[in-house]
Amino acid sequence: MSLGKIWVLAEFADAKPTTATLELLTAANTFADKVEAFAWGEGVVNYAGVLGDYGVSKLYDIGSLAGSLPGPKVAAAMAEAISSDSAPDAIFFATSYDGRDSAARLSARLSVGVITNVVNLVANGSELNAEHAIFGGEMILTSKFAAAAPQIFVIRAKSFAPEAKEAANCEVVSASVSDLGSTDGAKIVSSHVEERSGPKLDEAPVVVSGGRGLGQPDRYQLVEELASLLNGAPGASRAIVDAGWVPYSYQVGQTGKTVKPNLYIAVGISGATQHMVGMKGSKNIVAINKDKEAPIFQVCDFGIVGDASKIVPKLIEAIKAR
Amino acid sequence: MNICVCVKQIPDPTVTPSLDPNTSNLVRAGKLVLDDSDTFGVEMALQLVDAAGGGEVTLVSMAPNSEVSGIRTGLAMGAAKGILVSDPELAGSDALSTAKVLAAAIKTTEFDLVITATESTDGYTGTTPVQIAELLGLPSVSFAKKVEIVDGALKVERQTEAGFDEVTSPLPALVTVTAGVVEPRYPSFKGIMSAKSKPVTTLTVADLGLSGQVGGANSGQQVVSVRKAEARQAGTIIEDSDDAIGQLVGYLEQLKVI
Ligand SMILES: Cc1cc2nc3c(=O)[nH]c(=O)nc-3n(C[C@H](O)[C@H](O)[C@H](O)COP(=O)(O)OP(=O)(O)OC[C@H]3O[C@@H](n4cnc5c(N)ncnc54)[C@H](O)[C@@H]3O)c2cc1C
Ligand SMILES: Cc1cc2nc3c(=O)[nH]c(=O)nc-3n(C[C@H](O)[C@H](O)[C@H](O)COP(=O)(O)OP(=O)(O)OC[C@H]3O[C@@H](n4cnc5c(N)ncnc54)[C@H](O)[C@@H]3O)c2cc1C
Repeated sequence: MSLGKIWVLAEFADAKPTTATLELLTAANTFADKVEAFAWGEGVVNYAGVLGDYGVSKLYDIGSLAGSLPGPKVAAAMAEAISSDSAPDAIFFATSYDGRDSAARLSARLSVGVITNVVNLVANGSELNAEHAIFGGEMILTSKFAAAAPQIFVIRAKSFAPEAKEAANCEVVSASVSDLGSTDGAKIVSSHVEERSGPKLDEAPVVVSGGRGLGQPDRYQLVEELASLLNGAPGASRAIVDAGWVPYSYQVGQTGKTVKPNLYIAVGISGATQHMVGMKGSKNIVAINKDKEAPIFQVCDFGIVGDASKIVPKLIEAIKAR
Repeated sequence: MNICVCVKQIPDPTVTPSLDPNTSNLVRAGKLVLDDSDTFGVEMALQLVDAAGGGEVTLVSMAPNSEVSGIRTGLAMGAAKGILVSDPELAGSDALSTAKVLAAAIKTTEFDLVITATESTDGYTGTTPVQIAELLGLPSVSFAKKVEIVDGALKVERQTEAGFDEVTSPLPALVTVTAGVVEPRYPSFKGIMSAKSKPVTTLTVADLGLSGQVGGANSGQQVVSVRKAEARQAGTIIEDSDDAIGQLVGYLEQLKVI
């Protein structure tokens, strides 16, 4: 193993670890002898089992956040554990809302830099080299930290495939945080869930996304119908999310979801670099666009040049007629 | 209500970007422009100041070569003044270095709220804003899709994986806004003319008392290499026709998705 100890911020939704968390734990296990995790919530002790399955030997329980946003308390708990215990060689955060906030707070507290938008890590002796996809995934830039620990990495979803290890015993220790004063002022008053049906966008084997080229909001129904015929999930470019056609949770790309389905169909999407970083890893890509110069055609396996409002209904009909 | 908006001035995003072969830093030659992502923050700030019935919007930016063209765009939208930090020492700054500089610059003015975008268009680490909040000892709410001031406190709808959370925070605070939070106004002719005479203070690293603490020399990361990513194999691209639909159905069958 190249590193001694790696910490991972483990995020949970409905008492289950997020897929990104499992990806980070799997990566951490390949680089370090010892993997430890931090988690917040009411019943963190109950998380020890599943984290043990993913090689976590020690779980720091930050406890209930009592409505606070996680960033300040996660950073404080980690900083405290570093000063009272021993610093890890590296800390992994997911590129999630709370992961990014926590990494940023910790970086400023410790006055150490962060490496973000990581899509792959490669061990080089006791260092980790981080790969970023830049210019829409056209180039890969590799960077590393100049000085020693802790190296803070913020890692994009789907960069590693999650894989459980032999179940191991995971010890739970308290990492509760004392009053943080002003930095901890932001409180969640209520949570709202935007319902969506069908498979989850970032887990579906097929994703059909629509963009501004659909022309008008009601044509998004074509995207939804095609997605459902293919047992897939509907997605979107930012242009139509910003325009209010579909909720933000549909967005694919740099600031939205990263998807790597078996099949990605882009309908009326130009293929801006910020969209491509979220879908370029798809196994097969189909594009429908009326402009044959659209950048999306450079990455697609199969493309049709034409009007989406005509092609998609014909395609739906042809699939139904089979 | 006084609001500081961090505005990044970036290379024109419609021009294909490149990296300096020696330093691997982004080439920042040529005129810089206001990052589109920051026009949402400027608009939000103008609306909040309006709703509060008084106060002003200050733009804060760190950029090379005393660049002010992006700041002028924000002033033309209606901001009152600008603070620019420009210093050769800052070349190659990482996000934390940038945050230290912006936090120190923000401290030179009075503010109730700091607004930034969730991430910039060119570097997009997305960590600078919350680093600034931590350095200034402020609470922060990232990914705001709606921002209001209610009874002197910040009220935000914050995006989540599942939908959104309603979050409140006392002021002063920092908030990062998403694109689409408001519709940015276009500068009017009058706005553009008056922007030319609005004050922009230019500060150096020494003015901020940060000599030797920031810039490329104090950034923790090093570029190891840059290489071309594996290109995808060119695919089949055909014009729309009945036959085209047939071929696409065949392709989908071959993938076993139908
Ligand atoms: C910091 C930052 C982050 C961003 N993050 C994201 C992100 O996460 N995800 C994302 O998607 N974008 C993101 N963007 C925005 C991105 O740059 C593009 O603006 C966006 O992806 C464009 O969406 P679009 O392809 O739907 O629209 P457009 O670029 O307007 O493309 C529309 C396409 O439709 C085609 N078209 C028009 N009419 C028809 C028709 N009748 N039939 C078929 N085709 C037609 C056109 O030829 C064109 O190619 C981000 C931008 C920034 C600056
Ligand atoms: C391809 C690439 C990858 C990089 N990777 C890393 C990395 O992994 N780690 C790292 O530390 N640095 C990295 N950098 C450097 C980093 O982009 C710069 O340090 C930059 O000055 C600050 O970060 P940002 O643009 O990522 O800001 P973000 O954190 O994405 O910016 C969010 C918001 O903060 C405000 N803001 C940011 N910078 C300024 C500014 N100069 N003036 C005014 N407001 C501002 C704006 O409102 C902006 O929208 C990278 C740069 C490039 C080009």
